Amino acid sequence: MSLLKVEGVWKHYHGLSVLRGIDLEVAPHEVVCLIGASGSGKSTLLRCVNLLETIDDGAIYLDGAEITDVRTDADDVRRRIGMVFQAYNLFPHMTVLDNITLAPRKVHGVRAEEAEARARELLERFGLADKAGEYPDRLSGGQQQRVAVIRAVATNPRLLLLDEVTSALDPTLVTEVLGVIRELKEAGMTMILATHEMGFARDIADTVCFLEGGVLLESGPPEQIFSDPEHPRTRAFLQRVLEARRM
Amino acid sequence: MTDGEAAASPAENPEAAESSAGNPQAAGSRAGNLRAASAGTSQPTGAVPVGNPGKSPVWVKSERQRRREAELRARGRRSTSVATASTIVALVALVAGITASPGWPRVRETFFSPKAFVEALPDVLSGFLLNIKIFLIAEVFILAVGLLVALVRSLRAPVFFPLRALAVLYTDLFRGIPTILLIYLVGFGVPALRLQGTPSDPVTLGIIALVLSYGAYVAEVFRAGIESVHPSQRAAARSLALTHGQTMRYVVLPQAVRNVIPPLLNDFVSLQKDSSLVSVLGPLEAVRQAQIHVASSFNYTPYLVAALLFILLTVPMARFTDHLSARARRRQTGGGTA
Ligand SMILES: Nc1ncnc2c1ncn2[C@@H]1O[C@H](COP(=O)(O)OP(=O)(O)OP(=O)(O)O)[C@@H](O)[C@H]1O
Ligand SMILES: [Mg+2]
Repeated sequence: MSLLKVEGVWKHYHGLSVLRGIDLEVAPHEVVCLIGASGSGKSTLLRCVNLLETIDDGAIYLDGAEITDVRTDADDVRRRIGMVFQAYNLFPHMTVLDNITLAPRKVHGVRAEEAEARARELLERFGLADKAGEYPDRLSGGQQQRVAVIRAVATNPRLLLLDEVTSALDPTLVTEVLGVIRELKEAGMTMILATHEMGFARDIADTVCFLEGGVLLESGPPEQIFSDPEHPRTRAFLQRVLEARRM
Repeated sequence: MTDGEAAASPAENPEAAESSAGNPQAAGSRAGNLRAASAGTSQPTGAVPVGNPGKSPVWVKSERQRRREAELRARGRRSTSVATASTIVALVALVAGITASPGWPRVRETFFSPKAFVEALPDVLSGFLLNIKIFLIAEVFILAVGLLVALVRSLRAPVFFPLRALAVLYTDLFRGIPTILLIYLVGFGVPALRLQGTPSDPVTLGIIALVLSYGAYVAEVFRAGIESVHPSQRAAARSLALTHGQTMRYVVLPQAVRNVIPPLLNDFVSLQKDSSLVSVLGPLEAVRQAQIHVASSFNYTPYLVAALLFILLTVPMARFTDHLSARARRRQTGGGTA
């Protein structure tokens, strides 16, 4: 059974259709990369899955149960889904450790010492052990995003949503964040990433989905999408990306 | 949440490998590649041991830096002496100008009489203690009312519409009424109702009026603070499944309060002065005491005594506000410790 199922999802903003009948299935441990031009609806789709936006039609299922039902408790769904944003992620008035342990303690009812031990273990694993007591503004952008990812997985979510987590970063800092994501994949985390890093998408994705104008035009394994896309628009998009890279 | 369930724990690895083996892709070589790749990138990720004592050079302050710092210190001393000198010159000019004016002898007698000063001081001072009491009690309630009203205005659910409307009405109304008028209205209006249990003590009534008036201002200050927190902070908190209340309490409010401390303190400086408005209801606070002395001695020095006492209270508060704003600014520009 698929872990996440998106079925004919529509989303409008002031009459503008931003998502137009999106269908998507994500299997457990699968890594799905959403690619597409700016404004194609990648962030909106992720925000809909996390119920930060209400959809205008269709349905989304998590573990077989519909989460877009009007009676679902959004907080209960978000407890099972982690999300990392492009920037402005960490709470600036809390230390790294407090950022990570806030949700486990306050939402999941984990005892403080337990939450802290787990946070330290994760920090250790991702090379940030010495930053536990630091405030976010004293970390580099890459370190901040790594902490944001750790914070999102500290509650053991079923699914992790990552929205262009490297696009606000200096290229030299990108690799360290991607390293963390790669390690999560190896550990079996189910993830959906919106990304402009084609090389990374090709490397890490089990499935690549190409969005354009709110439509999921094409999806498939990265080898196929990147070397032999079916849709001419996908081809055109990848061509543009390639050219931009060369400049 | 047990450790075994750990999202990224190696315990889940076999399962992950299994599922990727189920994938049509060449799972074996892919996984191998990945591991190699991650081993390659793990270097920048890993904590770099800071300062290998054997190799890293030890910093010894150079002669050039020492001279530079000495020069900076000298410059600092020079600017302090320039500031002191110019202040003295300005003060002397001011005092000379005033004392040279034709009406000065008369003014000195009615406003700066040492005798009247000493006579009035004990009474005005004891009255001033009442001002401080009024101020301290009012401040606690003002903070509570302001915060509560701001929080009510931040509620978004439609059920809370009546509450929200009430909060808007309250701030609009009570910010519009001049404080002195409100003190009259509450001070004379409430006792006139002759309701059971309503306070009749003028100090209590005065405090209620001040709380009503300042509560509306402070609510707006808090609301501005809440709105100044970046919306992404709320989204980040909600995505962690924190409820609206938890998001407010742990994420939004701590940042909001920090942002509004300077304007809040500013309002409190103003409240310290306005505590004297309660005098219109009759309690013997500093201004009222001064008035009594003025009436009996026909000398205005007691007013000066009251003014001095208020200044003594507000100046430290104002400096403290400046200090906090400066610290906030330093923090925002990156310097200083968090
Ligand atoms: N809150 C909003 N109100 C109105 N329009 C919005 C809102 N959020 C997004 N949109 C519009 O929805 C469309 C899709 O936006 P979205 O952020 O999902 O794009 P994206 O694919 O993530 O782009 P990018 O790669 O630049 O992040 C855009 O045309 C955007 O202008
Ligand atoms: Mg986006």
